[in-house]
Amino acid sequence: MVTEVRSREDEPAVTTRPTIAPASARVPAAAPDPAPAARTTKIEARDLNLYYGSFRAVRNVTIDIPANEITAIIGPSGCGKSTFLRSLNRMHELAHGARMDGSIRLDGVDIYDRGVDAVDLRRLVGMVFQRPNPFPTMSIYENVSAGLRLGGGPRPTDLDAIVEGCLTRAALWDEVKDHLGDPGTSLSGGQQQRLCIARALAVDPEIILMDEPASALDPMATLRIEELMLELRGSYTIVIVTHNMQQASRVSDQTAFFSMGEDRAGYLVEMGQTTTIFTNPREQLTEDYISGRFG
Amino acid sequence: MTTLAPIGRLRGRTAPRRADVVFRGSTRVFGGAVIAALGVVAAVLVVSSAPAWTRFGVDLITQTTWDPVRDVYGALPFIVGTLYSATIALLIATPIGVLTAIFLSEFAPRRIAIPLTFTIELLAAIPSVVIGLWGVFVLSPFLRDTVDAWLIATLGWLPFFRGPSFGVGLGAAGVILAIMILPTIVSISREVLSSVPSSQREAMFALGATRWEVAVKAVLPYARSGVVGAAILGLGRALGETMAVTMVIGNGQDIPVSLFDQAQTIASKIAVSFNEASGGLQSQSLVAIGLILLVMTLLLNVAARLLVSRAQKGPAR
Amino acid sequence: MSAAPGTLAGSRAPFAERLAAVRGSRRRVVDRVMRTVALVAAVVCVVPLAAILLFVVIKGAAALNLDLLTKPPKALGTGGGALNAILGSLQMVAVAALVAVPVGVLGGVYVSEFASRRSARTVRFAADVLVGVPSILIGIVAYTLLVVPFKQFNAAAGSVALALIMVPVIVRTTEEILRLVPREIREAGLALGVPTWRVVLSVVLPAGRAGVLTGVMLAVARAAGETAPLLFTALGSRLVNVGQFGQPMDALPLFIYNGARQPIAALNEQAWGAALLLLIFVLGVNVAVRARSWGGRAA
Repeated sequence: MVTEVRSREDEPAVTTRPTIAPASARVPAAAPDPAPAARTTKIEARDLNLYYGSFRAVRNVTIDIPANEITAIIGPSGCGKSTFLRSLNRMHELAHGARMDGSIRLDGVDIYDRGVDAVDLRRLVGMVFQRPNPFPTMSIYENVSAGLRLGGGPRPTDLDAIVEGCLTRAALWDEVKDHLGDPGTSLSGGQQQRLCIARALAVDPEIILMDEPASALDPMATLRIEELMLELRGSYTIVIVTHNMQQASRVSDQTAFFSMGEDRAGYLVEMGQTTTIFTNPREQLTEDYISGRFG
Repeated sequence: MTTLAPIGRLRGRTAPRRADVVFRGSTRVFGGAVIAALGVVAAVLVVSSAPAWTRFGVDLITQTTWDPVRDVYGALPFIVGTLYSATIALLIATPIGVLTAIFLSEFAPRRIAIPLTFTIELLAAIPSVVIGLWGVFVLSPFLRDTVDAWLIATLGWLPFFRGPSFGVGLGAAGVILAIMILPTIVSISREVLSSVPSSQREAMFALGATRWEVAVKAVLPYARSGVVGAAILGLGRALGETMAVTMVIGNGQDIPVSLFDQAQTIASKIAVSFNEASGGLQSQSLVAIGLILLVMTLLLNVAARLLVSRAQKGPAR
Repeated sequence: MSAAPGTLAGSRAPFAERLAAVRGSRRRVVDRVMRTVALVAAVVCVVPLAAILLFVVIKGAAALNLDLLTKPPKALGTGGGALNAILGSLQMVAVAALVAVPVGVLGGVYVSEFASRRSARTVRFAADVLVGVPSILIGIVAYTLLVVPFKQFNAAAGSVALALIMVPVIVRTTEEILRLVPREIREAGLALGVPTWRVVLSVVLPAGRAGVLTGVMLAVARAAGETAPLLFTALGSRLVNVGQFGQPMDALPLFIYNGARQPIAALNEQAWGAALLLLIFVLGVNVAVRARSWGGRAA
């Protein structure tokens, strides 16, 4: 569905019609379970609609994503999960003919506001993709430090320490510490994905988006990624799209279930604590999906 | 405007980054430069030749007298020379080229096909003037003494083979052009043939066909339009070739009939006469026939490319 | 194909017999013969290349001596060398490349990374058309724009003509190489918060570096071998010209062309020598560049 990932200069700029409605006036479509008192909301989406040209891919999503926890987004294929994820770091707007309306706020800041630079935003909101995509012409070291070296701003003086730190957090340091100069593509699939995670960590984001990060990996590598997510949890807000329900139930704190309506637009059916969603969901549709009756 | 703290890292920015604008802008300028270059080329050629067109009109291409003294210019001999030599080249190069492409794509094992394709494509890299040098001092005398002599002896009564032969002449130009367009025909045909899905071949093999039959009855028909496109592309190349042709075609003023006549193509005429023409009607007429050449090659290239891309999308219809 | 459809199994000849029937059949013979003919055709294709190489090497080597490389032609009579041509070629091609490479590569970047679909199509079309323009006509254009106004044949016009020939080639090859760089690589760069221009220069272009370089070198080799565009621009000159781009300048292809036309054997020999030099350069670049990319190419 995402056809091009470069700004088309002849296409109109992203049309945003932000609705700055106070958060308290809107009740989310699915009332969340009573949350523990200490939780803060990191990301708020209100009445979010995402389009590719005239086709609406995501309809009226209102969702709160808590800070420093793992939120999983599950649902059948084609129901806009990835599209929604990409709107959180303004990668959606790179697609051909992409549009949005509604609002997305990060710590209360509307990220689609004219005053916000998408490039800066993407340093705050990192992304890990479905297939590992290390830069092919760079070494392991250069891959991890790429965001810092290329992103403008002064080069940090302690680059070596940062690289080591990120590779350690990504549980990759011990395996690569003796050959940091090797090409990024010389690693195995699972290692490459951890390299991509280290690369995303290096720019010090607050939020990490993961789009089916383990779907291209074998079970052992998948397990390591899941362990990694749990380790990162307390320091980062993680939003993961996955079609693997068991994975969602293993790692996430809350789960959002998307489905596809008759207009082929994805919408949020239900969101809540993971345990609740998987044992006692409110919506029948959720129950059907969880128990495998469709999708 | 929303407040930006506590996320102070999201700097307020009301305009796109300057570096992005500069970079994009400069690439756009260079992209536009290509379009501008084409426009300039077309404009210069049209404007420079306009006086000749207004003065002679169609006579420029139908009359046979090219006379700088009386300032009268008819380019029919050169047009005929161009088409005639290109046709000879095509007649020689197409069968050999297509057969070679079939060999490389269907029969040759990869160990042979790869270096052989590489070698044949290398021929295309040799500068035209070097081929012309070889053509003047090696090929032409050889042709005169062997092939031409035989042809004159046996078929000399036909107008096409009326001697004597000086080596250089229309036939030599045709042979040289054939050599020069061979790599084009071979490489494009080979690519088109290779891209025929193997299921086509397998179906034919399963019916009990021999390898030649598979190549000629299954693969070639499927890729037919692409092979035709390759030949047309070769033709386009042949029309525009200048240096090698100039060096071996002799310097004839009349419409060539026999293969051994001295002749001139549009490109060769421009090459030998342009610097001597003093900027008046003669120069303008030379540019005018250059324009004709341009239109011819352009049309052929467009047609060829359409055919080749159609062939790579599916079976010939 | 010998059994008619619909015949009953019992009425067919035994399998071994039918197999034997095909083996000696006319179709087999045709197959063998035509495959041999195709092989012969392939060999025939190589013959001209071999013949040209052979003669250029033999006759050129005979003419290659220190004089040819280090002296300009003598004012009267024969003798001297091709220094004017060697230096002229080096200079004109270098200047043309200096202009054509940035314009071509960045133009290719534009088509691949930034252009809308329509703009991309237009630039691509213009480049393809320009590639197909006979080079002698490019020479006429350069003559009209850069020689006539100054009433002076000059090497700058020659370089411009060569650049006009190189740019569309480099634009197309650059664009096609960059298109092959996977989308995910770009996305990874952008998702890190790297600005677009940096992603293109530091991630996408390096990824396509080898192919872009190949395209550039092949374009340079082609420009080095072009004669027609120089006939009406740089014109050629007996004199060694270093740096005077407002004056005529010789070049190896021009030297060969002129040497071949003279009815003087010594000059013909020098032409062969110059041809050898040119061939070494052009074929050297082509072999080096193509051999690398042939490494993994499927037939």
